[in-house]
Amino acid sequence: MQIHQYDVVIVGAGGAGMRAALESSTRVRTAVISKLYPTRSHTGAAQGGMCAALANVEEDNWEWHTFDTVKGGDYLVDQDAAEVMAKEAIDAVLDLEKMGLPFNRTPEGRIDQRRFGGHTRNHGEAAVRRSCYAADRTGHMILQTLYQQCVKNEVEFFNEFYVLDLLVDHDLAAGHVPEGEEVTVSGVVAYELATGEIHVFRAKSVVLATGGAGKIFKTTSNAHTLTGDGMALAYRRGIPLEDMEFFQFHPTGLAGLGILLSEAARGEGAILRNSEGERFMERYAPTIKDLAPRDIVARSMANEVREGRGAGPNKDYVLLDLTHLEPAHIDAKLPDITEFARTYLGVEPYTEPVPVYPTAHYAMGGVPTNIEAQVLRNETDVIRGLFAAGEVACVSVHGSNRLGTNSLLDINVFGKRAGISAAAYAVDAEFVELPEDPAATVTAGLELIRTRPDGERVADIRKALQESMDLNAQVFRTKESLTQALEDIKALRKRYLSVSVQDKSRTFNTDLLEAVELGFLIDIAETVVVGALNREESRGGHFREDFPKRDDEGFMKHTMAYRRPLPTDGHRQWGGGDGDTEGRFAYSEVFDDYQLVLGSKPVTMTRYQPMERKY
Amino acid sequence: MTAVLDAPAEVGAIPSFTVTLRVMRYLPGDDGLTPVAHWDEFQVLCHGTDRVLDALHKVKWEQDGSLTFRRSCAHGVCGSDAMRINGRNRLACKTLLKDLDPSKPITVEPIKGLPVIKDLVVDMEPFFASYREIMPFLITTGNEPTKERLQSAEQRERFDDTTKCILCAACTSSCPVFWTDGQYFGPAAIVNAHRFIFDSRDEGGAQRLEILNDKEGVWRCRTTFNCTEACPRGIEVTKAIQEVKRAMITRAF
Repeated sequence: MQIHQYDVVIVGAGGAGMRAALESSTRVRTAVISKLYPTRSHTGAAQGGMCAALANVEEDNWEWHTFDTVKGGDYLVDQDAAEVMAKEAIDAVLDLEKMGLPFNRTPEGRIDQRRFGGHTRNHGEAAVRRSCYAADRTGHMILQTLYQQCVKNEVEFFNEFYVLDLLVDHDLAAGHVPEGEEVTVSGVVAYELATGEIHVFRAKSVVLATGGAGKIFKTTSNAHTLTGDGMALAYRRGIPLEDMEFFQFHPTGLAGLGILLSEAARGEGAILRNSEGERFMERYAPTIKDLAPRDIVARSMANEVREGRGAGPNKDYVLLDLTHLEPAHIDAKLPDITEFARTYLGVEPYTEPVPVYPTAHYAMGGVPTNIEAQVLRNETDVIRGLFAAGEVACVSVHGSNRLGTNSLLDINVFGKRAGISAAAYAVDAEFVELPEDPAATVTAGLELIRTRPDGERVADIRKALQESMDLNAQVFRTKESLTQALEDIKALRKRYLSVSVQDKSRTFNTDLLEAVELGFLIDIAETVVVGALNREESRGGHFREDFPKRDDEGFMKHTMAYRRPLPTDGHRQWGGGDGDTEGRFAYSEVFDDYQLVLGSKPVTMTRYQPMERKY
Repeated sequence: MTAVLDAPAEVGAIPSFTVTLRVMRYLPGDDGLTPVAHWDEFQVLCHGTDRVLDALHKVKWEQDGSLTFRRSCAHGVCGSDAMRINGRNRLACKTLLKDLDPSKPITVEPIKGLPVIKDLVVDMEPFFASYREIMPFLITTGNEPTKERLQSAEQRERFDDTTKCILCAACTSSCPVFWTDGQYFGPAAIVNAHRFIFDSRDEGGAQRLEILNDKEGVWRCRTTFNCTEACPRGIEVTKAIQEVKRAMITRAF
């Protein structure tokens, strides 16, 4: 075991982590720990752009951007955070340009801007050109540019190190924090993939920037490595997770693969058909058909498959038909998606329909933070020294549904804020004592799995989890389906107790790490499903067939999921630690050796009152 | 092994077939014994749309959990899974099995010229060290402008091709010069130098050209075009190297 000491440790080297590192490393001694080489991070897969009211091509201002973000999130957005993001978007884009990002240009040589879904002028009057972009590789360019700057600044990376525990001086998962005491972070424990060695990083500040958790679903646009590590580490330590039931499903992912096909295809006239060749969107949205909003299209597609009209050998997808379009038109307008269809499905879109199905795309929820990127341990109190930014965090700028381009913006604005906050805190703070034998939990857990002679296969449990989540907790949810998902998760959690791996070596043991990641996935799936069961309304990305309307009376509040000890003497213990407050959800789910308690947090509203969401 | 095609004819239906993977294994022991590289064969039932990465996953998840390789995004943008497939460098996630003639065994080896850590995983540090050496970041002097730096669409277009690089090392590890001389910067580092040398906003071109004028720099390139053929992003790598050579001759420094 090795022990390291840094002022700031950043976990994750995607957009948010590296943006934080650029701020923190110039101020204090900083290390970045990443389970991948930084340029492998999934920020690089983003395509469309990054919105900012630069007004380079037409009138625009940050207040309109704020409104669009709030409305897009179906009013569950914390409006103070949305204001910060929209205001600071402008500098965030200019910062990237100054770092060398090759944005597309206007004829005058300024950063070009284009339209994007949900971004409008003057509170919904018409689409506005707000998205700054670099061809259809904006995320790739952001990731490369931030890494280049990290090379320039000689940022210290620990690549292919898996952070497996978060060290905090109170065991929040055990119950209440005594009145008046602060909770402070003291570091992280990491596993070096190349050697199997355990490293303890003692730090004054820890920044979580580990990204999303799309792999809880079978069909996802997310990378294999997006297993919700940072969220699960926090949850296991008793830190709440906020709004986990809100997951964005993009309608047109390549079937079975989940790789995105842009909405532009339908914009250019492509039609969705079922196995009978029927243009089924005519039944669901008679007026605008295939160009209905994302959630409606995704739900309609899922319904066709569920009712047996899916195409293919397993009848598990629908078809995106471009065959009536001129090949020249396809080439001019849709070169990328047609290349994806050819490369990955071997389908020629000129003559064959493309198999598509909704794909899990983005976690709106995550580790709760305030606008300074400080992590909250209940509705109000922060954990000293702990910060989070990007998809792992929930600040909440996306509410119940994220607008396109706002994720690249989120990582830049709040990544920067997290880096500044973490460094500022570290300047004044003292190191906290590490717990005795800080790596004990991690080492014991790993050795148990690694040395278990035989047992359940990782891939079998993971497949069952992902299939249940796709079946029961995807675009359509009911009490019955979610209850089934929860039962499945509980059964899989039991099977996971006897998981084993075939690779017994200490060198580059990805078999072992997949087993660890599976544990994270089970934790995250559980918070998604329990949150979804409790939220008896439909809002943004969360649709309950049994409660199809938004219910502001009952549910205009954030969900906070806490892991807590089992109830004793029939009394349920609440999560926040400071006694009950108004408006908590009265709900808890009991597992074998702990309970998941749902609390709530009020939505911050500054200028906009909830209205019906129409476009 | 012969491919068995059971082709149902309905729309969107996908035939299944069995492929044989011949994978180069290299299993370092914890006991410090010198490991020996050897071939292992696996038979995998695959579907028409499966890629080499899917077949490797099926082996790892269903047959031999110790088979080790890197991967992340699985659709050709993260650059984790460059490997030598049937003797050519490619991304496993972008190579469809049916395009490889599944009636014959498909060979999978680690990329060449970098030390193998385990199975298909190589040590990428020497590769990234070369990348870092060419100063892969925008270099400017004087005060930053208040707003953005201006750049025309034509100036932007000039270096567009080399901005596509995902640092997968398919090019560098396909280069015969790199195989025999690990000191050579290699195509990927030169591509990333090109991206800045031809960026109108950058003022560090002379420094980079000087670095690449080294005996292990661009002049080692023998124009074999292996790199261009290997690039999964379609970058004209050899052309970019030639443009850097030309810049060295024409730009005074």
